[in-house]
Amino acid sequence: MRPINPRGTWTLFLREIRRFLKVKMQTIVTPALTAMLYLVIFRYAMGDRDVPGMEIDYFTFLVPGLAIMAMMQNAFANTSSSMIMGKVMGMQIYLLMAPLSAIEVVTAFLAAAVVRAMIVATVFLAVLMPFVDISLQHLGLILLYGVAASLIMGGLGLISGMWAENFDNVAMVTNFVIMPLTFLSGVFYSVKQLPELWQQINAFNPFFYLTDGFRYGFLGIGDTDPFASVTIVLGSVAVTFVLCWYLWHIGWRMKD
Amino acid sequence: MYALEINGLGKVYKNGNRALDDVSLTVPQGSFYALLGPNGAGKSTLINMIADIVRPTSGSVRMFGHDLFSERAWCKKRLGVVPQEIAFDPFFTPIEVLRFTSGLFGCKPDDSWIEELLTRLELFEHRGKGTRQLSGGMRRRLLVAQALVHRPELVILDEPTAGVDVELRRRLWGFMREQSSKGTTILLTTHYLDEAEELCDHVAIIDRGRVLTARPMRELLQDIAASDLWLNYGRAIVLTDADRIALAAFEPRESAEGVCLKLGRAAGGESTFHVAYQAAVARFGPPVDAGVKSEDLEDIFLRLTTKDREIQS
Repeated sequence: MRPINPRGTWTLFLREIRRFLKVKMQTIVTPALTAMLYLVIFRYAMGDRDVPGMEIDYFTFLVPGLAIMAMMQNAFANTSSSMIMGKVMGMQIYLLMAPLSAIEVVTAFLAAAVVRAMIVATVFLAVLMPFVDISLQHLGLILLYGVAASLIMGGLGLISGMWAENFDNVAMVTNFVIMPLTFLSGVFYSVKQLPELWQQINAFNPFFYLTDGFRYGFLGIGDTDPFASVTIVLGSVAVTFVLCWYLWHIGWRMKD
Repeated sequence: MYALEINGLGKVYKNGNRALDDVSLTVPQGSFYALLGPNGAGKSTLINMIADIVRPTSGSVRMFGHDLFSERAWCKKRLGVVPQEIAFDPFFTPIEVLRFTSGLFGCKPDDSWIEELLTRLELFEHRGKGTRQLSGGMRRRLLVAQALVHRPELVILDEPTAGVDVELRRRLWGFMREQSSKGTTILLTTHYLDEAEELCDHVAIIDRGRVLTARPMRELLQDIAASDLWLNYGRAIVLTDADRIALAAFEPRESAEGVCLKLGRAAGGESTFHVAYQAAVARFGPPVDAGVKSEDLEDIFLRLTTKDREIQS
């Protein structure tokens, strides 16, 4: 099916945004608050110490990491929850019956995931701004890595939602795949603090590049060269999008 | 022009269940078409294939002359489906559901049409409520509104009146008749056969994934429906061998009050009523009362499906 329904795509995008805004306490306020709690806890646990190998205090180091972690987790939650709710409650058929191509559906879902991720990060950063001395060193990199992270995680959420048959399946992916990969992506530490072996393992975690590049955009320092990592990140976005498109196109686990 | 031309459609599920077996049907444009069959006959599988929820194993479907499987977007824009299962996004109100559905089908939401749908389906007062607050009957009517909101040329109603009270059902059918008179083709599945007989001008009966009959309703009721001539003598009549031989053409049966003869059509197409009546009078004398009972759609449905199951077993 060729992409010929821009109004339908726009409507689906708006529907997805309206859906999470209807429960904004759960989808916006709570994630921003959770990220702030992490920050407060680590602030008091670590004191005024600097991050080893970086001339920056731990508090400032944490802020961009927590922001992108919240973005990634919420982008994933947005698409996966929408998909699994549709499947479990039987609403999925309306989307399958609509004259929307796979590209249109995936575009709408991922765009809405990006919007939710951006809102959560904006709320989190806006609340913190008066308390932390943080600048925007490279706004372009912040946007690039922020949007890329949301697209990748939104895509993974979409795939998980297509695969899952119940809420438990989605929770399993969230808790056993997404949470560990985001927690171990350098949100709370610099990879230079890790033993050599773990540094090498970490190099295979795509979320590490997202976190590091996003942080570089704010602080101008990081563990890798964010300009060199752009290829890995954009490649990951492309692979995720194509996979989402293909799976929706064939009706994977949705059509008998 | 046909709204639907279904040719050799088949579906075998992964578990080996053959839900549809070489189904061929034509649904004329503008018709009110009944698709009947017992539970598990394959009706929903057929509908879901047209709606792109189930993939066919074989066969082809053309909708208004366009290939359904290669021109999905074109066909989907012209199709509205009321599914059997009631499901709504709990986050939205009826008016939001209708506006979103309209947009998904590529149409700018037409507020006057949405208002008319809500009014005619008696949902206008409830337009701002969450869908979870609606009763079962209201949700089913909202499904109908949702299927019509983008003004489709073909509407498929999969048991739309299940759980709807008689009064509302009547009004719903009145509304669907109006849509039909405006040229919308309607394909209906229902277990209320009296409704199908009253509303529909064409009918197909399917069972075990196969079409048992598909024809105009009038033709089915005239040509396929069997009629019985009941002759009341005020007493039981015991048929002798001679009676049975003399009345063999009418398959005579004894009854508590007399005798019953099966009517058919003579070579010229006229009913055999007169011949049967006279033959009975010749054997038993004039009855005290007599009457003709013709099969209705339900009788034909039961006869065809029962016969098919007997043959299959």
